[in-house]
Amino acid sequence: MGDPLYADGINAAVLLIVAAKVLVVFAFLMVSVLFMVWFERKVISDMQSRIGPDRAGPWGLLQTLADGIKLFFKEDLLPDQADRRIFHLAPYLSIVPAFAAFAVVPFGGTISIAGHHTQLQLADPPVGVLFLLAMSSIAVYGVMLAGWASGSKYPLLGSVRASAQMVSYEAAMSLAVAAAVLAAGSLSTRDIVIAQEGYRWNLWVLGVVPFVIYLIAATAETNRPPFDLVEAEQELVGGFHTEYSSISFALFFLAEFMNTVTVSAVAVTLFLGGPNGPHIGFLPDLWPVVWFLGKLLCFLFVYVWFRATLPRFRYDQLMDLGWKKLIPLALYWLLLIAALRIGRDQGWNAGIVLAVGVAVGAVAWAALGAALRQGETVKAAA
Amino acid sequence: MGYLDGFRITLQQMWGDRVTNVYPDVKRPKPDRFHGRHVLNRYEDGMEKCIGCELCAGVCPARCIYVRGADNPPDEPVSPGERYGFVYEINYLRCIHCDLCVEACPTEAITESKLFEFSFTDRQDAIYTKAELVVGDDGHPQKLPWEDWRAGDETNTSAWVRATAPSGSAAFEGKVGWSGELGFGVRAPEKGQTAASDQAPAAASAPEAKKKAR
Repeated sequence: MGDPLYADGINAAVLLIVAAKVLVVFAFLMVSVLFMVWFERKVISDMQSRIGPDRAGPWGLLQTLADGIKLFFKEDLLPDQADRRIFHLAPYLSIVPAFAAFAVVPFGGTISIAGHHTQLQLADPPVGVLFLLAMSSIAVYGVMLAGWASGSKYPLLGSVRASAQMVSYEAAMSLAVAAAVLAAGSLSTRDIVIAQEGYRWNLWVLGVVPFVIYLIAATAETNRPPFDLVEAEQELVGGFHTEYSSISFALFFLAEFMNTVTVSAVAVTLFLGGPNGPHIGFLPDLWPVVWFLGKLLCFLFVYVWFRATLPRFRYDQLMDLGWKKLIPLALYWLLLIAALRIGRDQGWNAGIVLAVGVAVGAVAWAALGAALRQGETVKAAA
Repeated sequence: MGYLDGFRITLQQMWGDRVTNVYPDVKRPKPDRFHGRHVLNRYEDGMEKCIGCELCAGVCPARCIYVRGADNPPDEPVSPGERYGFVYEINYLRCIHCDLCVEACPTEAITESKLFEFSFTDRQDAIYTKAELVVGDDGHPQKLPWEDWRAGDETNTSAWVRATAPSGSAAFEGKVGWSGELGFGVRAPEKGQTAASDQAPAAASAPEAKKKAR
């Protein structure tokens, strides 16, 4: 498919439209981060019987802006033992993937500007989902190099935790995403959205499991509570960004919240039908964007809700959940969905396929349990 | 539902009452025996109570009080009796508000008010001299430019005298054992410990203010 914008070749007008889209997406992300920080603080204070920020602007809306301006005027410190270049590079390695990942998220339908038709989406590469996964992998480097280049112990410990955690949960996340890819038969995010039209959302088409796995893995991937071991204050001071101040710290902070927004947007795209929703005759181009933002907001709320409710995982619990539960489950579910699809294509009896699949799953589950118990006994003996 | 119960509870909290006080706008009532900044009291006839004995300076664990006594001028006495506090300074960068000076004072000259919101920007401002500590002609503490207190706060200047009887003996509870003060007269005794808690009443206006803040 691809964006119809490029169908008639590329000229100045097309470039201008692309530039405008870049600008809109950039501005949207910046504003959404400002909003997200405020939203998180406000909702979490509601859940904790507090008022939250209410001094700067109406309902404290400008608090984040004030904090940001304050950060920009602070001194940028460089630790004595730091690796100068990498230390300064790391925040950008964190923020750029957070921005770039949003580029493939469709946030509206197709509109026409000055005779050119274009999708409300910055880019629609045929490998959109791969691009997303690549960006989330690169984000690990930002965290890892920040801790490494700080030349200080807590950041190093924080970054070691971060990279282990992000690498572990990326496997489960990729398997959950693969299920959505399987359902659409395409890696393009736009195609995945189109495949979900008519409320055939992947959320229920795939069974709720991949969605739940994605939700958990994405929370871990963005280092949000309850998986915020990376910056567990009680243990690691600030974690990987302990030594950062001023703009560099602001960039990490920005990246963290932008990742939350991006990950939520991806979840909406993959599992909740992106901008799909009821058709309304009045302003037909606007409503898909509204549906998209509404779903996004629900997701952001869920993340804040997680944070307000769940205590932080212990490190071994985190690894157990990732490797021994989420990855096997995601893998099994992907295979089951694949089996059902093949069965449908070949004209097999769906009931029998399902029964065999469940039986295989039970055997695999028992085998996994036995292996884990064996491992425990070996560990206890040693 | 095990794991999910927590989610229900946090969600329910969103509609519950807030515990936050909107501090600068709404101030909580202070406990009866709150230790704020000091005042130097005067008798009802306007004479200063301080006799310059330096007991407060001697007992001060933070060494923040500096006192020099002098003989009263015979024709224009500052305090009844022989001597008066000629110099009286308290350094609020050192004061820990322990109230030992108040306990030590034989004439109830120094007491602590409930005023605590003062943020000076100069070390010199932190040293309150006698001119700033002595109560005005209405018996109220003087309001300095960097102090933030509201109408009514100035009347709570010597709650300590209503504390307990000598040696905590119940027989003395409710008996007045102190002299009158300029602007207030003889203060009524504090109610017995059985009658009152340290939590002052009020708080009635707080919930409305909280709703407004949301």
